[in-house]
Amino acid sequence: MRLVNRRPTPKGGLLLGAVPLLVLAVLYVVAAAARHAENPADKILPTFGMMVQAMGTLLAQPDPLSGRLIFWADTFASLQRLGLGLGIASLTALLLGLALGVLPLLRASLGPVVTTVAVVPPVALLPVLFIVFGLGETAKVALIVIGVAPFMVRDLALHVSAIPAEQMLKAQTLGASSWQLALRLALPMAMPRLIASLRLSLGPAWVYLIAAEAVASDIGLGYRIFLVRRYLSMDIILPYVAWISLLAIACDLALLWLSRWAFPWAHGAKR
Amino acid sequence: MTAGLALALTLTACGGGASDPAEPRTDFAIGWSIYAGWMPWPYAEQTGIVKKWADKYGITIDVVQVNDYVESVNQYTAGKLDGVTVASMDALTIPAASGKDTSAIIIGDYSNGNDGVVLKGAGNIAAIRGRTVYLAELSVSHYLLARGLESAGLALTDVKTVNTSDADIVSAFASPQANAAVAWNPQLSEIARMPGASAVFTSAQIPGEILDLLAVDTATLAANPNLGKALAGIWYETMAIMTRQDATGAEARAAMAKLAGTTPEAFEAQLKTTYLYAEPASAVQAASAPELVTAMTRVRDFSYSKGLFGPGAPSADTVGMAFPGNRTLGNPQNVKLRFDASFMQMAADGKL
Repeated sequence: MRLVNRRPTPKGGLLLGAVPLLVLAVLYVVAAAARHAENPADKILPTFGMMVQAMGTLLAQPDPLSGRLIFWADTFASLQRLGLGLGIASLTALLLGLALGVLPLLRASLGPVVTTVAVVPPVALLPVLFIVFGLGETAKVALIVIGVAPFMVRDLALHVSAIPAEQMLKAQTLGASSWQLALRLALPMAMPRLIASLRLSLGPAWVYLIAAEAVASDIGLGYRIFLVRRYLSMDIILPYVAWISLLAIACDLALLWLSRWAFPWAHGAKR
Repeated sequence: MTAGLALALTLTACGGGASDPAEPRTDFAIGWSIYAGWMPWPYAEQTGIVKKWADKYGITIDVVQVNDYVESVNQYTAGKLDGVTVASMDALTIPAASGKDTSAIIIGDYSNGNDGVVLKGAGNIAAIRGRTVYLAELSVSHYLLARGLESAGLALTDVKTVNTSDADIVSAFASPQANAAVAWNPQLSEIARMPGASAVFTSAQIPGEILDLLAVDTATLAANPNLGKALAGIWYETMAIMTRQDATGAEARAAMAKLAGTTPEAFEAQLKTTYLYAEPASAVQAASAPELVTAMTRVRDFSYSKGLFGPGAPSADTVGMAFPGNRTLGNPQNVKLRFDASFMQMAADGKL
């Protein structure tokens, strides 16, 4: 059989995927052990034991000042900001993207504004965001919304405006009004696309979240990383980075599952 | 995790090529970042003073600018730099607490007003109670805040702190809801000038506690004493030029201002709040004075209370410090930060 036609079995696929990760983990353990043999107080490559010890305090012992379990409080704060930001961005994308896609007149007037806003690098706006929205939660959520929403709006508008003209005409021949076209034809076709675009926005949204938390905050996953970076606490930074990756993967899988469950027709070919 | 692994791989890859610190070498790298008390280093590089002294001892010294201060200290801790300009508290909590034996061979200056607590609408530190304070947490700013609160009979629990990076503190303090901040120069002078703002506690009230050092890897220094001699030579020759009250001195300070990206006027103002140990004899005296031990005791007790020695540290004594005259503080079996006045002494004796 040709190499291009060889496919792994489900089990074999898992194994093939796990091997590189395991190799990396083993390399890490070896490198960390080598550094610690030389200098037992080394902070740059902490051993897994040191990470477990450092994280144990954050996971289970309440902070003496606030009484919170730091790790969970950080996770909750970050997920709340991310959820709010992405929620507002998705809602904006749905309403505005759908309207822009369905109504050529609106597209002509608002399209250029959306494009202009979309090309502004959001992180460069941070000092302005502070002054407009203050230093609290609003500015952090706003950074995520400003960073992600224009992309999602444009994506959805393009998708909706690309619905075949024949389909729109057919619905009109059957007597559909503009309102019905938007709700009964465009909306169902837009929904799976909205979820797909939300999945793609997860990466940038995390970047904006961490950037906002690095600038001014007192809680959150990004805050903790930037705080302990001051004294090179890799034993906290590495588990936090791993946790962020896990959360991001979980969010992505949840959205994929939601899309397949709610809109099986959109995944027809892939089932 | 991936990032960590990538880092691990890079470090192992680089680690293989790095030379043993205990071997005699001829090429060295010293890192610096922008701060009034550290500008003599790039100036010395630019004007050839570095080359002159390095040539004298048959070595080469690369003076490297690192844009981010914390990053410069981390690079030193990771072994990418042989020496770095660093504040005493950070030398203790970053390299020394990481097990890197570090020698402070030059005490350059102490902050004499370069760090300050700024409040809006209040003229004294007591008004800070209950406010939200924006500052770079776990930095010397945090230490200064603790000392300021102490002076008013308050504790750190009487305020709420919000971590704000030093690069963003000016725009953060411009926000209407912010009414308390701690910063160092040049940001300090920016925020203290905002409407309704005034500096209510500065490092001038705790002289000698926030020290700025040149720290070098102890093993490298032991194997290459010429490095220490050359560095001391460079430093005091540059000091002699920059402290001259004539056209030459003004020209040197203007050149430093340019290297720091500021105006000569602003730089002169920052120097006014920086106490420079321009004479090697005065620096030797400061290194040998009992006040240094007292100051470092305060600094390490604060650092320990904030967990800066890591979660496994059993007490503030964990990381030992050594001072001239065989005095030690903390665990004498684990001395990782040494105040070594021998090179400054050589400069004072004219033996370089």
